[in-house]
This record gives sequence, structure tokens and C-alpha cells, in this order.
Amino acid sequence: MPRLVSHPDEVKIVTKRFGMGAANIDKYMELGGYESLKKCIAEGPEWVINEMKSSGLRGRGGAGFPTGLKWSFVPKQSAKPKYVLVNGDESEPGTCKDHLIFLHDPHAVIEGTMIAGLAIGAKTGFIYLRGEYRYLLEITEKAVADAYEKGILGKNVLGSDFEFNVITQSGAGAYEVGEESALMESLEGKRGVPRIKPPFPAVVGLYGGPTVINNAETIASVPHVISMGGAAYAAVGSERNGGTRLFGLSGHVERPGIYELPMGYNLKKMIYEVGGGVRGGRKLKAVVPGGSSTPVLLPEEIENLGMDFDQVGKAGSMLGSGGVVVIDDQTCMVEFALRTISFYAHESCGWCIPCREGTDWLKKSLTRFHAGFGTEKDIDNIQYLAENMMGRTFCPLGDAAAMPTIGFVKKFRKEFEDHLNGKPCPFAKHVELAVV
Amino acid sequence: MADVTFTVDGKKLMAPAGTLLIDACRKAGIEIPAFCYYPGLSLQAACRMCVVRQEKVPKLQTACTTTVAEGQVFVTESPEIAQARKATIQLLLGNHPLDCPVCDAGGECELQDMTFKYGAGESLYVEAKQHREEQQWSPAVYFDRPRCILCYRCVRMCGEGMDVYALGIQNRGVTSVIAPNGGDHLDCEQCGMCIDACPVGALTSGSYRYKTRPWEMNHVSTVCTHCGDGCKVTLGVKQSNDGTEIVRADNRDKSGINGDFLCAKGRFGFDFVESSERLTKPLVRNAAGKLEPTTWEHALRVAGTKLKEIRDNQSGKTGGGDAIGVIGSNRTTNEENYLLQKFARTVLGTNNIDHDRSTDYVSFVQALAGHEGKIATLRETASAPAILLIGGNPTEEHPLLAWNLRTNVRLNHARLYVVNHETIKLERQAKAAQGVPPNGYKDVTTLLDQQQSEFAKAVMAEDSLLIIFGQEFRGAQLKSLVAWGLNRGNVRFAYLGDHSNSRGAADMGLLPDLLPGYVPVGEAGAFAQEYSGLPVKAGKSQAQIFDAAREGKLGALLVVGANPAKRAGVDPANLNGAFVIVLDLFPTETTALADVVFPAASLYEKTGTVTNTFGDVQLVKKAADHAGTKPDFEILVRLAGSMGVDVKTLVPFGKGGAVGDFGQSRGAQAGEADRHAVWLTANGLEPKVSPFDPLAVLDEIERLVPAYKLDRLNLFAGNDVSTEPGFVPVSAIASAGSEMIAPAHDGLFTSGELGRHSAYLSELNQYESRELAETAAD
Repeated sequence: MPRLVSHPDEVKIVTKRFGMGAANIDKYMELGGYESLKKCIAEGPEWVINEMKSSGLRGRGGAGFPTGLKWSFVPKQSAKPKYVLVNGDESEPGTCKDHLIFLHDPHAVIEGTMIAGLAIGAKTGFIYLRGEYRYLLEITEKAVADAYEKGILGKNVLGSDFEFNVITQSGAGAYEVGEESALMESLEGKRGVPRIKPPFPAVVGLYGGPTVINNAETIASVPHVISMGGAAYAAVGSERNGGTRLFGLSGHVERPGIYELPMGYNLKKMIYEVGGGVRGGRKLKAVVPGGSSTPVLLPEEIENLGMDFDQVGKAGSMLGSGGVVVIDDQTCMVEFALRTISFYAHESCGWCIPCREGTDWLKKSLTRFHAGFGTEKDIDNIQYLAENMMGRTFCPLGDAAAMPTIGFVKKFRKEFEDHLNGKPCPFAKHVELAVV
Repeated sequence: MADVTFTVDGKKLMAPAGTLLIDACRKAGIEIPAFCYYPGLSLQAACRMCVVRQEKVPKLQTACTTTVAEGQVFVTESPEIAQARKATIQLLLGNHPLDCPVCDAGGECELQDMTFKYGAGESLYVEAKQHREEQQWSPAVYFDRPRCILCYRCVRMCGEGMDVYALGIQNRGVTSVIAPNGGDHLDCEQCGMCIDACPVGALTSGSYRYKTRPWEMNHVSTVCTHCGDGCKVTLGVKQSNDGTEIVRADNRDKSGINGDFLCAKGRFGFDFVESSERLTKPLVRNAAGKLEPTTWEHALRVAGTKLKEIRDNQSGKTGGGDAIGVIGSNRTTNEENYLLQKFARTVLGTNNIDHDRSTDYVSFVQALAGHEGKIATLRETASAPAILLIGGNPTEEHPLLAWNLRTNVRLNHARLYVVNHETIKLERQAKAAQGVPPNGYKDVTTLLDQQQSEFAKAVMAEDSLLIIFGQEFRGAQLKSLVAWGLNRGNVRFAYLGDHSNSRGAADMGLLPDLLPGYVPVGEAGAFAQEYSGLPVKAGKSQAQIFDAAREGKLGALLVVGANPAKRAGVDPANLNGAFVIVLDLFPTETTALADVVFPAASLYEKTGTVTNTFGDVQLVKKAADHAGTKPDFEILVRLAGSMGVDVKTLVPFGKGGAVGDFGQSRGAQAGEADRHAVWLTANGLEPKVSPFDPLAVLDEIERLVPAYKLDRLNLFAGNDVSTEPGFVPVSAIASAGSEMIAPAHDGLFTSGELGRHSAYLSELNQYESRELAETAAD
């Protein structure tokens, strides 16, 4: 089991049962589990949605859409069945928070799913887990089976009229399926390619029914929002950014790990105090604030940066999935850009031209460039290519590939220039022209 | 939905709310480029070429997925948009092989056109391109992966359009590739629609690849000669050593009755015209009893002299008009059919005329006599809200009808009800299906009336009904179905018959008792004045003609484009020396019995009109010449001439005759003829129409045949013009001859006498049978 880290600044809400054996249903209930569900059944859907609205909880998948508002979009009446869908296809490099939730507290996901179902009038919830999380699927499936056995899932939930069923499903190894509509396609057994929007999932989602799809962390936060009360939860975070966030601190940092910190927590403090500073006492060169798709930030840009959706957005990047990647001064940013784009080239689903062809050519150009075979014009070409992918692709994957690339070229152009004319990479050890 | 007003490029446009912006713009003449968008197929938004700027929306929007609403403001051309499109093309060209000089699509490639328009002229990349070897998926379809731009048109065309689902997508990212779901080969109907839909040269046709360049061909839109649907087909015609050669058939001109559709026969079955087995010289049986090539003059003199002699010999038992039999064709044009019966009735003096009857149109007309507006056009099958299909198997025998029905169900949510004695593929689109025993069609109306099944209830609950029925219905059974429908009200009918002009053969009076328009010979009306010497007694049917031959009472037999020796099983000995004249494209069992054989032109080598089984009349345009052959029309006129007939009585031409023919009849030379006509008219001279111009008799058909009051402008513009019989009093028509009907049941890869001579169709047929055999063995 991965090492759990902690820091005094943490506010343990979602993680409060981590390391306490809460994957066991009895332990979970002993620790107050499924109490929120009871309360919700007693209070009814309207109340639940209002609590969610007042909590200021925003989608933890990266887009930061207010959860309560999302739930309220689901039509009350529907000819087709409604569904709750939990997006556990956590695949963004630098992100591994949901992994811990499923490992330590799978019942929180089930409880959150049931509350969402109650709120929107769904009888079925799906938990979709990343293909590589096969071992977490076993834990989750056991939790679901236990919940059925205890009469929590099934026809008369906790003795009430409420009926709810949970189905688990594993992905097949595609990052793209983290996009909500691609996930639905995949869940329906089709090729994992996004759908055209509108219609949005709240109106036409899984199997054509109105669907709420939430990130696993969002769903796991729900029972806590209910038990604390929406207002109390909101008060933990910053303005318009309720609650806490599971930040995944990784890269060149002394104490990497998942830390639950209030929304709006200072990024510099996060690196230097919570994370114990840059590894080996080196200098900070840059930070990727929210998973590999978010544009890189320079040290001077993080001085007073509070980690919430709005502040990071204002700084020219995104809070994304909360995966903070710390980069020290020994890192080649061209190689970093290459590594990043290689991931997106590998994961592009191939549906639309700008992403399919763009990620491939960026990867090819950067590979050659990093190997020392670049020309002055290539730097402009790389930026031109990335800028022409931005906002032109079918789904956000193209943006996710283009955004950081533009950031790297703009903020580290000098490092690109240092690779020109056959010069060896100033930082490293590698260098072989990859065959593409 | 109600119309909304929105602004595009500063222009106010109106369209129903919810219309796709790309459609609304195209309708208003604003072209928005797109690779993946294809009208009628599901939306992809994958190529990103149709991006436009919408006011107050931060990102560029795809016009193919944006629906219009009141007050929206769009910009479709701006430096920003041009740059976005240019960048997309640059990306596409990055991996594109740019082998345009050897590509089949070079010159008719959407990627070329867009590159030309948006000027992605510079190459930004130096790395190796993605490459894969070319693959052959079937005799009909080749795939060149590097050229593919992944617009998914082929996948959707095959799946949604054809309901075949033979194509899919493999891999992801830049290695994504279109692939047959059958692994390395296509399990499909070989329609070639994927090739048509492909905007580039990724999918190429086995029959056309590497044959020529598009700009070296003339593209002539005419009517397919293979089945009763009558699709418009565009023939690619190239100059060759002995005239012109048809090198391609496709659906380049999508304005036809078939819209986007063309089946395997239309697309690959054109090559029978180039078959080396074609007859190219007249043949006359010599003293030694062998058929011997000869000149046209000689053959015409022999045939004409003999016909005249038999007709004029009123003494012997094999003399006079009654000793002559005429058998017409169900694939020659209306004008030829009309001329043939006029020739038989006014020159040969006989009503002994018939054709190979495959469909009981006479009963259909009898059943509908007096009821106007009850015949459905083929186009209506794509829009009718409720369709009852009884019998027939359109997927095999009427591919366009099947396409229309599928499309109608898919796009308009039409309700299709199927009654059949076997499982047919269209049941997949049907709301409900009802099985009947092979002899159980007579009970269908009772079954519906009783409303005991869910099927019957659903059908009876329909407000309107388009009833399409197959050749299972003939005679009394057909009449009772139509009567039931008429009684029910709010119905229209279509009757499925085979061959490209079976309907025209019946409509034009290739019948012993009926004149053109189903006018009885005994009550000839207007015909009586126009046709001097018209016999008033009904003539002999095909069977009776051969009976007469067996009894030694047949002096001569004239067969045009038919093979009764095979179809009706004629024993040569039973002909008892009757003089046989045959006009055909190929040597057949019937030409083997002939005394004189004339090599005829195919439908692709002549001008005229044909009528499909729905009664839609279309213009046939001459696409090519086949050296040595002549259209049946010209042969008949010359045959009459050789009998000493003043051909003006047969074909009105020249001064005081017909008006000009718009030049269409002269095919490739039309332009020049038109210029001459303009000059002649300007100089106060009347342009003369040739006696061999079939359109000269179109006037007469329009004048005399009640249903053929044609909208000529539309017809000559290449559109289908509907006709309906049903103006003849019921009592006037005697026997329908239903017992003589013998359907041909040609499938997707067979087509009467012609398909046998198509090398491509034979190849596809063999491929399909092998596939079936392998599947069966599994």
C-alpha cells in the first residue's frame, strides 16, 4: 500500500478515513459512513441539491464546474432512465488522487454516487475505473457487494423506498476516455471517442438517458459535504471554491504525495513547506500546477498564487486535476515538452485532424529538435503548430496537448535555442535520434 | 419548425430553427468547406474545416454541428478562419503522400480543391510520413491508406447508409486507420458507395483504377440499364481507337432520382458494352445455312424484302400481317418501343406483338383505372411516413428502393411494415414484420382487416399508407390488393418490376391487345385516325405466336432485344422455317435461330427516354458509340425504309414535323448541332430533325399516350418526370394476360441478358459466392 503522507496544514475531509481500514464496510459505518445517505433520504432531493449548491463544490476532474448546478440541470421527468456516472478514469500525468480514494475509502464513492442518484432521481450508478486500476476494481467490487449484502444498495435502500444499484466497469487503457462523453461511449461498449455536444450528458447521456457524470473525488466529497453541511464545507475553501482539494505533489520535491489542502492554498507554500522544498536544495525552475495539460508557471508567477480554479486561471494556467509537478533547474525543458507531447500523441484518439496530426508532428519535431537537429524555424513551427491546434479540436485533448507546448516555447525559448545547430542538450545524458 | 432569421457574413438569412448552419449556408449559396460532413449521414465534426466565427462565442464553431437560432451572427470567411482551415490542411498534407500525379482522384479530389483554395503550399515538416501498403479489400474496392484523411464518410455510408457495416476504424491517434470489419477483406454488397463517398483517392474502384485521368473523360449522365429503379448513372467516356470507350460508371452527378445512391450493377456492370462478344456486323444466313457477316445494306434488303413479301402475300397460310410476329424488349427506350409497335401495326399490319412480360402492369393499370393520383413515384418512397412492403426483396432486386426506405426510416423516422414469405434484410428497418406462407399473399388484406395481430393493428392505425408490392402479386390477387387499398383510402401504390424499361414496354403497347397507354386495339380512339390500316382485332401473345409457328402459320418473326428462345424455351424445329429477324447486342439462343441479325446499340449508346417501375420517365443520353452497331430506333426506321415505306409516316421529321430536339439526341456532338440550329433559325430556316432522331416520336407519344404528358423542360434537364396510367375505363380492357408473367428476379450481381457479359459483375458474383460458401463452411 502506497505510503501516506501528511502535513499539519492539511484539512482532512475526504482523506479523513484514509489508512483506517474503511474499505471494510463495518469499519466504514463505524466511522460514520452511510449516515449522510440516511440524512439525504430523510431530507429529499431538493434539499440535497441546495446543500450541494451552497457547498461551492466544483468538479474535481479539472473543469471546475459547480456540482450542485450540474445536478440541477437534470430534467425531473424523463422517459428514459437517468444515470449517475463516476469518472474514475484518472489518467492525467501527475495525477493519482482518485487512486487513493478507491484504495482507502471506496464506500465514500458508493455513498456519494447514491446521494447523487437520489438527488437527480436515478436508480442506477456506474463506477468507471481506469483500465490500469484493475486492482482497485477488485476492492471497489467487493465494496459494492458488501453494500448489497447490508441492504444499502438494492431495492429498498436502508429500508426506504429508494432503490439504487451500482455497476462497476473497467476501462481499456485510453486517456481519452476520461472525457465524459468518450467515457459514456466506452461504457456502452463502443470506441472511446467523444460525442458532439450539445446535447450535454444532463439531457442525453449514457444510453440516451439524462446522466450526471462526476469525477471520483467530487463524488467522494459529497457525503462529507452533507455531513458537514454545505455552508461549513464552503467555508473551508476560498471564494467561490468550496472545500478542500487532494493535491498530488510530484516531481523534484522532497516529500511527494497526496495532500488534502483547502482550496486557495498558496502554491509556493505547498512546494516549500508541505512538500519540503525542491529536492536536494536545488533551485525551482518551473511548476506545472494541475496535471500535464496545464501550462507551466515560472517561480515568479507563483509568489502569491492561491490554488483555486479562479486564481490559477488568472495566472494563465489551470488548476486542472490538482497534480502539481515541481521542476528543478537541472531539467531540460525541451525534453520535458517532448515527454509531455509524447503522452498526448500516444493518447490522441485520432478522431479529429488537428489533434491526430498535430500531436504527431509536434512529437516528431520535438524529438528531432531535442536530438540537436533543429533549426531556428522549427521553434516557430512548433509554436505555430500548437497555436493552430488550440481551440480547433473536437475535444479538450488537443488543447491539453497544445497549451503546455505553447507555454514551454514561450517561457523557455532560450532553452530551445540552446539546442540549435547540433549543440548537445545542455542538461543531459540522453541523446539518440529516436526513430519515428 | 418556425423560420428564424440570422446573419451570415453580413447577409440576413432565414431557415427553420434547428437547421444546421452548414446546410443553411449552402442553400443560400455560401459554401462552407468540409470533409467529414455529408448530408444525410451522422455528424462527425472531425475534420474541423467548417469552422466559423459565431458572435459572442469564444472559440471557432463547426458549422456542421451548429444549429441556427434567432438573431445569431456568423462570419464564415475571415483571415482567422482561413488560417484555421489552412493549418488543418497543412496537417493533413503532412502525412499525405502527395502522389496526385498517379492518383485516380487527381483532378476530382476535395483535398486538392481545398489546398488550392486555402493555399497550404509550404511544407513545414521534414520527418518521414506515416506509410502503409495499399490493400485490396475486394474485387471492387482498393484502399490506399496514406491518402486517407479519416473523414469517416465510408464508414458511415456503409453502416448507416447501406446497413452493411463492413467498415470500421482501427488503432488510435495518428495510426488510426479505416479497416474492413472482415479483417483483410470486405463482407459486403460490393455497392462501391464507399468509393463514391471518399473525398480523396483513398478508396479506389477495381474497375477504374489507373485507367485514365478524370479530365480525359466526358462525363455523361444517363439512366442505368440494369433494373427497374432507373438510377441516374454518370458514365466516364474516353476517346478510343474505334470510337469511344466507357471506362467508368459512378454517381458523380447526384441530381438524379437516386440522389447519393448507386449499386454494384450500376457502378460496375457497365462494361458489358465493351465486351468482345458484342455483335458488330449484321449477319445473314447464307445458302449453306450459316450466319455470315455482311453489310447493313444487304442485311436490310434481305430482311425488308422478306417482310414485305410475307406481308403482301395474302394467299398462303403464312401470308399477311397475321403471319408475322413481333417480340419487343424490356430494355429498349420508350421511343423504340413505341416505334416498334407502330411499325408492327401500321407497316407489318399485325397486332401480333408482345414482349417478355416479367411484371403484370396490365392488371395494375386495370386495378387503378379511373383512380388518379394513386401511383407513388420512386422519390416518394424516401419521404412517405408509412410504408407497407408486401413481397419482393428490394435489397437484392431494387437496391435504390431499399436505400430510400432505409434512409426514410433513419432520417424521417418513417414506419416500415414488411410482409414476406421469407426473411428479407429490410426487416431490420421495419417497425413490424409479418411472415406469410409463399402462397399466402392472397390472405394479407384479410389478415390486416381482422386486426388480430400487433402488426395488423399498427398498419391499420396508420393515417396514410404507401403500399409497395412485389411480383408475387398478379392478376386477381393484385387487383384485390389494390381494391382493398383504394377502399381504405389515403394510399398510394408502387409495383415492383424488373428490367430497365419493362414498364415502358407495357406503357408503349408492346401488347397484342393494347395500344400505347393501354388503349384497347378495338377502341383505338385517336390512334385510329393516326394509324392507317390499324388492325382492330387483338393479336397473338408471345405464346400464341410460337403456337402459330408450331402449326406452321408463322411466316416471319421480328425480335428486338429479347431472347424468347431461352426465356420461353423455343424448340428451333417448331419454328417451321419462319423467317427470323433479330436485333440484339450479343449472340443469344435466339440470334442462333435467326435468318438476319442486326447488331444493336446498348442503352448507353443511344438517346431516348425510359420509364422505371414507378412510372418515372427519364432522359437517356447517348454516352458512347460502339463501332458497327446502330440504335434499334435507326434499325427499325431503315428496315421500314427497305420495305419501301415512306418513313415520314412512321417518324414525323423535317419541315412541318417535329420541333427541334434541344440537341440532346446527338450526344457528344450536341453542342455543334445546337450551334447549327441557332444559325439556321437566325437565318429563317427550320432546323431539320433526322428520321433517326428518337425524340422526334416523343412528340407523338406525348400527343397520343394519355399518361405521357411530360414536363419536357424537366425531362430534358435530366430530371425524372412522373407518369401514371389510370385514365382508361376499366371496362375497356379485356384480358390482362397475368398467366404469362414470368419475373426474372435478378439480384445484385445479375442483370438479364446484359449482366452475363459484364466481366466485373461476374467477378463480383464469383467473389460473393465464394464468401458465402466460406461462411457456410465455417
